[in-house]
Amino acid sequence: MAEKYDAIVVGSGISGGWAAKELTERGLKVLLLERGRNVEHVKDYPTATTKTWEFPHRGRITNAMKERHPVQKRDYPYSEFAPDFWVDDLDCPYTEIKRFDWYRGFHVGGRSLMWGRQSYRWSPWDFESNKNDGHGADWPIRYDDLAKWYDYVETFAGISGSAEGLPQLPDGKFLPPMELNVVEKDVAARIKAKYDHRRMIIGRSANLTVEHNGRGSCQYRNLCSRGCQFGAYFSTQSATLPAAVATGNLTLRPFSIVTEVTYDKDRKRAKGVRVIDAETMQSIEYEAKVVFLCASTLASTFILLNSVDSGSLPDGLGNTSGQLGRNLMDHHFRCGASGDVEGYEDKIAFGRRANGFYIPRYRNFFGDKREYVRGFGYQGGASREGWQREVAELSIGADLKNTLQEPGKWTIGMTGFGEMLPYEENRITLDKSKKDKWGQYVLAIDCEIKENEKKMRKDMINDAAEMLEAAGVKNIRTYDNGSYPGMAIHEMGTARMGNDPKSSVLNKWNQMHDVKNVFVTDGSCMTSAACQNPSLTYMALTARAAAYAVESLKKGDL
Amino acid sequence: MNRRELLQRASVLVSGSILGVDSLLAKNISWDDMEAELSAKGIGLFSKKQVQLLNEVADTIIPTTDTPGAKAAKTGQFIAVIVSDCYEPADQKRFLDGLATLESDCKAKTGKDFMKCSAQERQSFLSELDTAQKAYHKSKKKEDPAHYFRTIKDLTLWGYFTSEIGATQALRFVEYPGKYTTIDYKKGDRNFGGY
Repeated sequence: MAEKYDAIVVGSGISGGWAAKELTERGLKVLLLERGRNVEHVKDYPTATTKTWEFPHRGRITNAMKERHPVQKRDYPYSEFAPDFWVDDLDCPYTEIKRFDWYRGFHVGGRSLMWGRQSYRWSPWDFESNKNDGHGADWPIRYDDLAKWYDYVETFAGISGSAEGLPQLPDGKFLPPMELNVVEKDVAARIKAKYDHRRMIIGRSANLTVEHNGRGSCQYRNLCSRGCQFGAYFSTQSATLPAAVATGNLTLRPFSIVTEVTYDKDRKRAKGVRVIDAETMQSIEYEAKVVFLCASTLASTFILLNSVDSGSLPDGLGNTSGQLGRNLMDHHFRCGASGDVEGYEDKIAFGRRANGFYIPRYRNFFGDKREYVRGFGYQGGASREGWQREVAELSIGADLKNTLQEPGKWTIGMTGFGEMLPYEENRITLDKSKKDKWGQYVLAIDCEIKENEKKMRKDMINDAAEMLEAAGVKNIRTYDNGSYPGMAIHEMGTARMGNDPKSSVLNKWNQMHDVKNVFVTDGSCMTSAACQNPSLTYMALTARAAAYAVESLKKGDL
Repeated sequence: MNRRELLQRASVLVSGSILGVDSLLAKNISWDDMEAELSAKGIGLFSKKQVQLLNEVADTIIPTTDTPGAKAAKTGQFIAVIVSDCYEPADQKRFLDGLATLESDCKAKTGKDFMKCSAQERQSFLSELDTAQKAYHKSKKKEDPAHYFRTIKDLTLWGYFTSEIGATQALRFVEYPGKYTTIDYKKGDRNFGGY
């Protein structure tokens, strides 16, 4: 006999943590399944207070680490500072039909422990973009459907930010904002004076600027991604998990790899899930009235593609639309400009701000019309140069040392984050020629940026240089380091929401059109990508879907 | 990752390298144990003598002033660890060849081993080498490797300013700033560091 629960939540990251909290607080007995190990708040952040000089390699990854992390090593997040939060690529391979950098963390809390914490609402215009320009399916919801849920999740999570009254980036329920430094304030004022619709504001971040809900405030160490002993940034461990545990309704099971959603053909409902115990390899079934898939964009869709009900669903569960696996998106970035700032030699920043400035999207808004659709925002910061700077006029010795002990000039830089359109052919499928450590098929990823994104990148570079120039910045340098999907770690789509069951996987409640008691509330559900960091929207969608699911359960609709 | 796994992974590496990587990571050794390790048989790909040479070179780049220099901060040990554990084999070879070139060039120019040169001789020899690496980097093609002395200098600055001495004495280290704000700065004040 399978163990029975009211609800099963698959995945314990940002979305899964929210699902567990909302469902348990509404009285459901919830089984929260996590494929990786447990990570206990504070206790399992072994490097949270380690000083740089206490790391033998001062953060750099070693050849031994690279061997098992051929993908994770491609970018900076995987380092010696907190290596155990990143997946072993050899145990969990995937197939890159085109290059796709897939950064994963298999442990309780998932990527909520290592995320960038930038938290922006989508605007009414973002939810209308697909309808207006005809790319992708229309969103089945509008901003007004989500506004109160943004309020709700911000109030609990604690988002610092400034109210700006911008139509393209709605204000939220903010904790006090962090500060722009003196140079950023100057540049922000000059941009505002020059442009009607471009604004440089302080980033909105899930870091607490004041104590909040029993959690400590940010100490400005900028070591967030190792785990925070003050609970000063939002994570499953610091926020949603303790709330769920407090209800007495939660069972958390780590080392539980969900391989499929089990299906009752007659009722057209999910029965529950099948799990492989990652340590013992034992296969276990759990049953529940409702299943929430929050395993991350690609992993939730993998589970659905792999849920074939012994062959009765050859294309996967809930895939009568044929859209499951399609419309994979990420943001494209890694291009922009930087330059030198003259003056302000009598000022310096104190503290290490785990945040920067943000310039919300202005392209193709306010009557602007470009040769591409959608747009981009910028993230950046100004700071004084450190010992890493090149001092061309000095050689070696005491003069060099004395100079490098002091700060250098102020510099400022910004990176564009651009919207990627949903393309049907950007998709994931099961690769049955390969298996992972647990004998499961792996994903094949076939995804690329196309002409619209490439045209947009020219503006991302030129506009950055133009704004810096307008702000009086000198010696401006533009850059384009190239952007492959996955790099932004904002993967979205593959089980999109929509009104029409023929062209979408989920309805307006994140509920599967085909299987009413299955909800998908992580990034898979996204119908378009906007250009804002997406996690806050997953939180709001998850809380909204959970409330709806419990209501439906009570009415006997599931 | 536990110690046993680390050792297993390190042993895979050892079989693939010329000299055997006997790294700090593999041994879970702390910086406090470094002296003992060094006095025994060197570090990773580097003999005890080579680590001493690295320390003297580093100390010429970042000497003791009103704060301790690179040797006191064990920058030679640090460079040996990074090159042994993190560099690709081709870059390891380039680095070791460069170190040998440094020694032979020094002998050719000064008639002495670098270790036996006076502080002034070391300073003038390495200044020339620095001029040479700067000239090389000005004209080198993108795909050409870095000049070995550029690598030594970069590793020295990184190792020194992220060491405890560099971060807390040469720079100002505030472990828990508690706020982020713009403050006044006057010429001569140390920069903030520790990361």
